[in-house]
Amino acid sequence: MRVTVRLFARLRDIAGASELPRDVSPGATIGSIWRQLVGEFPDFAGYERSISSAVNADYARMDHLVHDGDEVAFLPPVSGG
Amino acid sequence: MSVPLLAIGTAPLALDALIEAVTDRGTATGSDGAVATFLGLVRNHNAGRVVQHLEYEGYEPLALRVFERIAAETAQRWPGVRLALHHRLGRIEIGGASVAIAAASAHRAHAFSACRYTIERVKQIAPIWKREFFDGGDVWIEGATADPDDEKARQEAERVACV
Repeated sequence: MRVTVRLFARLRDIAGASELPRDVSPGATIGSIWRQLVGEFPDFAGYERSISSAVNADYARMDHLVHDGDEVAFLPPVSGG
Repeated sequence: MSVPLLAIGTAPLALDALIEAVTDRGTATGSDGAVATFLGLVRNHNAGRVVQHLEYEGYEPLALRVFERIAAETAQRWPGVRLALHHRLGRIEIGGASVAIAAASAHRAHAFSACRYTIERVKQIAPIWKREFFDGGDVWIEGATADPDDEKARQEAERVACV
């Protein structure tokens, strides 16, 4: 199945893209997708403990199961205001 | 004229429109005793650096959901307070406004507290990032790990809002 990964701020800069289509196996979680991305982009590793994640524009935890067509977002520490 | 109570986008912020939106709505017209407002500005210095301008990026659909959550938290904590919250994205020059908040209430204490609580929660959980362009380079500012279910963080926002 296929998901769209959304990346923001410095994660977007590291990856060089704000959207990445990715094929994932059934049973994939946000966390397994994150680990796949850390493999692709080693500089992501420093965010292991500080990122937040969302599925279809709603905050979700790393153990959340993803489905075909989902939009999975990874959010570095925020700095609005 | 009426603007949405909650908004995020690249348009310049107009605090007057937020004040109008919170005081003209609902059945309580005439019963307000106070409107507290907050305007967050881009300043020319940060961490010893001379700032040239900021660029804000946001995950807009999630940010709107977070704004709705903050409004719901505010309504639960300070019943009767009406809240407007707008955040600007894109390039903002020194002195420009990045966030505008208005909170209306029958009593000033609740208006002040709801306004302060709102900006604290925006900084904690809104999926928005600022990139600082300064003399000599640029850097993404990274603050809090956003976790809307972190009750300790929420209580800290409430604590500073009620001093």
